[in-house]
Amino acid sequence: MTAPRLIIASTGLLVLLVFAFGGPLWYRVDPAAVDLAQTIAPRSPTHPLGTDESGRDVLARLMVGGRVTLVVGVSAGLVALLLGTALGGLAASRRPAIEALVGRLLDAAMAVPSFFILLVVVTLFGGSTVTLVVAIGATAWIGIARLVRAESLSLRERDYVTVAQALGGSPGRVFVKHLVPHLAPTLSAAAGIGVSQAVLTESALSYLGLGVQPPQPSWGNMLTGAQPNLLAAPWLALYPGVLIVLTVLACHAVAEQFRSPEFSRAQRT
Amino acid sequence: MLALLRRRLLHGVLVLWLVTTATFTLIHAAPGGPAVLADPKLTAIERAAIEHQLGLDRPIAEQYVRWHLNLLRGDMGRSFLYQTPTLPTVLGRLPNTLLLVTISLVVSLALALPIGIRVGRNPGGALDRLVTTLNFTSLALPTFWFGIVAILIFAVRWRLLPAGGMVTPGMAGSWTDRVRHLILPAAVLSLPITAEMIRYVRSGVAAAMAAPHLAPAMARGVTDRTVRWRHVLRNALLPVLTSLGLQVPILVGSAAVTETVFSWPGMGRLSVEAALGRDYPLVMAIAVVVAVTVVVANLILDLSYGWADPRVRVKA
Repeated sequence: MTAPRLIIASTGLLVLLVFAFGGPLWYRVDPAAVDLAQTIAPRSPTHPLGTDESGRDVLARLMVGGRVTLVVGVSAGLVALLLGTALGGLAASRRPAIEALVGRLLDAAMAVPSFFILLVVVTLFGGSTVTLVVAIGATAWIGIARLVRAESLSLRERDYVTVAQALGGSPGRVFVKHLVPHLAPTLSAAAGIGVSQAVLTESALSYLGLGVQPPQPSWGNMLTGAQPNLLAAPWLALYPGVLIVLTVLACHAVAEQFRSPEFSRAQRT
Repeated sequence: MLALLRRRLLHGVLVLWLVTTATFTLIHAAPGGPAVLADPKLTAIERAAIEHQLGLDRPIAEQYVRWHLNLLRGDMGRSFLYQTPTLPTVLGRLPNTLLLVTISLVVSLALALPIGIRVGRNPGGALDRLVTTLNFTSLALPTFWFGIVAILIFAVRWRLLPAGGMVTPGMAGSWTDRVRHLILPAAVLSLPITAEMIRYVRSGVAAAMAAPHLAPAMARGVTDRTVRWRHVLRNALLPVLTSLGLQVPILVGSAAVTETVFSWPGMGRLSVEAALGRDYPLVMAIAVVVAVTVVVANLILDLSYGWADPRVRVKA
């Protein structure tokens, strides 16, 4: 991974953020305005990217949909990061009972298909944004916890950690003050991967009709409406998908930059 | 081997218990509890009657035990949507899902083994770079969008393959028709697995190539082909099995999405319909069946460790 690729990736991410959050400020077209006289219209001066099956402006919907997707993705990624760091730290806490318990929990969680946990949660609690953030975050922490555990296990053998403990630092303090700073590169990489996973999960759920609920657009649920109109308007299926792929690729590429050798080793095992 | 099996069996039971407990907790944590989800128009008296009938007025611990006992008897309640007992409804759809998943896994293995071996023997080559790029892309490609694009190209534009379903109406008996319906969903499902598996075969082969027993084998005049498939592959299989075990839970999730995209009448699509209809007994039953399937799949994989690696047999 060379610096130019990082620059391209972070520029791409920035462009996507500006598109979603800054775009609607100057492109003032109502994304919810239905125009049944102009359904699935091709590109035109009034609708730069055409209209969808209900005659709504595609460009405006892409911008507002991007907000939802990015907000849910980033928040869920952060929830996963917090949970993963806390549990990964506990799994390397030198308390045999806690280590065994968290270790078991990790093993078991790896074997549980998170998609179906999400289905259960969405069925029971509905697909509100907060539910989505918590549910996606609560299923995406496992990989991060494994990374944090693997790296804490090696870090805690360092001399400075022994010194900190000998000076009477509590386990929590030692973890936060002395281990977390060294975990920062790993955590940054994990955050990038967590966010990209969350974006993928949110769009899949929204596509299935279980995530972000219409009329609020998201890149995922825009694809639901696009599928029956593939013959007449293939572009409706292309724009949101391309934006999802670009977001995920950019997050991955930025994360790649932070990958330490420990990180890739933990990924492989 | 037996000790290993016993340990894995115990682990499987633990996972199942975790899943049932999580499901139970979620039902009872849901706003309004389980009965109110059945019909919001019910009066308080009707609701109380239903709660009594379902045993929801009993202590939570008793409900927990009762729910598990019913589960053991295969009784997971009735579906709101279909008005049928949930378990037979789910099991009726399971074969279609297993067919799709098995075909995808076989395709993935058939592609990943030869490609992985070739790449592992020549790391850093052109093919290696191609595979790395493919892997990176497949990570970022949402399954459902890949499916939609595949439909767009192969079904809508070129009209080569059907866009969805399992059979064309009126052609139910035809094998070629069934195969044609399988191609797109199986391809979509197997791409990410193939990419991931190649990675594991690659690193396994690279490690096995460095093993000391290869030089004498080649010195004895064993052919390249035999070395590749007998000596290297066999040792490289262990990480592949591990990756399969990690893939299974992810696979059932992406299978559900793929089934929905291609209107494949499997358990995954049923689960999405159930979730959309807020048919919670059906969703619960599916979650439990999926968990059992994953645990069984992992057990089979654990057994195959012993088959692939004699050391595992001896150790235990």
